Amino acid sequence: MWFFKSPEVVFGEEALGYLERLEGKRALIVTDEVIVGLGHADRVRRVLEGAGLKVEVFDRVEPNPSLETVQAGAAAMTAFQPDWIVGLGGGSPIDAAKAMWILYERPDMDPEGINPIEILHLRRKARLIAIPTTSGTGSDATWAVVLTNTAERRKLGLGSREDLPDIAIVDPSFVMAMPPRLTADTGMDALTHAFEGYTCVYRNDFSDGLCLIAARLVFNYLRRAYRDGTDVEARTKMHYAASIAGMGFGNSMASLAHGLGHSLGAVFHVPHGRAVSLFLPYVIEFCIRGDPGTTCYGGLARFNDLPCSSEAEAASALAQAVRDLQKDLEQPTTLAACEITRQDLEKEMVLLVFNTGNDSSTVTSTRIPDDVEVRRLYEYALDGRPIDF
Amino acid sequence: MTFKFPSDEWIKALMEELNRSPAYAEAAATWEGDFYFLADIPGADKPAMLYMDLWHGKCREAFLVTDESAKTPAFRMSATLDVWKKVLAKKLDPIQGLMTGQLKLKGNMAMVMKSVKASKELVEACTRVPTEYAA
Repeated sequence: MWFFKSPEVVFGEEALGYLERLEGKRALIVTDEVIVGLGHADRVRRVLEGAGLKVEVFDRVEPNPSLETVQAGAAAMTAFQPDWIVGLGGGSPIDAAKAMWILYERPDMDPEGINPIEILHLRRKARLIAIPTTSGTGSDATWAVVLTNTAERRKLGLGSREDLPDIAIVDPSFVMAMPPRLTADTGMDALTHAFEGYTCVYRNDFSDGLCLIAARLVFNYLRRAYRDGTDVEARTKMHYAASIAGMGFGNSMASLAHGLGHSLGAVFHVPHGRAVSLFLPYVIEFCIRGDPGTTCYGGLARFNDLPCSSEAEAASALAQAVRDLQKDLEQPTTLAACEITRQDLEKEMVLLVFNTGNDSSTVTSTRIPDDVEVRRLYEYALDGRPIDF
Repeated sequence: MTFKFPSDEWIKALMEELNRSPAYAEAAATWEGDFYFLADIPGADKPAMLYMDLWHGKCREAFLVTDESAKTPAFRMSATLDVWKKVLAKKLDPIQGLMTGQLKLKGNMAMVMKSVKASKELVEACTRVPTEYAA
């Protein structure tokens, strides 16, 4: 038994206008100061006010939202009593909006205890709309919530199937002005979602097609979106790819590249998409050396017109294709290129290994590394050695 | 030698398995919390109940429970015997079992969500106990 869940996805030009028909009394927009500065929050506010809703904005979400921020946002919701919550931004504001919403509905919950096991009975007070302003996170189409315990320097992979947004507004107009580095980081995040959603142990027939399409869209359009931000077709396709990949991995799982990337990001503050995608080729090389018959790289390679006469060949071709894309996007392919020194890495290794092992994404890998292997994965990624163990 | 599940012998065999597992000792080094494991047996008027006291990477005590009020454990995990069979045979991923409601868990979920590796090693140890079933 398993599940497939998706929000109502409104996509394309003028998708934001769909909210003009929204029925309700009060909406709280959860976002960050950058999004406010870009005018996106005002744009959404006008549409919601046009629908007759009273609107407030909570704009204090930081990158990698903390437990404290989530509690502050939940308090703002309790004071304002919205019946709609609008997560507007990249993954951080949307994930934060999900967690704040849960605490608004369930003030008895510990945010670190948000889990997919208990029935939460959400939607007694409000429903959730997600509007992504980057093309990568896919958070608008998943129930995943990533929060950061700043005291423990640890990212927490949380979520409940109930916190999936009711409506996702996938409107490419929000991403036309993304700078190239953000385009690359977030686009590589989408590719990692597509790869891991297709190759983790929770893959299934309902999610596979979404992951395949998303990976192909990224390979076909990310370079164009990065080189020429005014390429409307590339921007649009990448925006769709991110949400499609979200639906794909959101209905299977993320995997080891996320386990490693979450751990790295919490300690060294490497942006999420850059961190998880950096590890992707290393993880492919690691998993293909696991038990024969456990991987499924052939299908992914075949769909992307890469060599695939064997699983090993497919894995090698996929790892190379990711590295080629990273190179074209001028993305770091090693930890050293992220300005992490060997001394830095050694100093933090115990924490990195512990957090990777306890990340909920790690256990969905077709090959789960033990502590020694996790350590070696970080060491190999430091200077870019292909995995040979 | 095999151990009948659920029984006092089986849970004590699991205790021994855990206490000789360096992987569990390391993964659960900070874990503090005892469990009731409940199995609904067809035809029985009440579930079979096993107790484990898990503390800092070791199992301090384990036994078949005859009086439910004997302990007030931090966690209770329950399932039908058929579901336990699938978990112990590695035919059902316990996380998937929990997410789909086939396995039910009550307790401090924040602790559980932060202890993925200890949970995995606990299940791995369960699958290493040679097991036979009453029904």
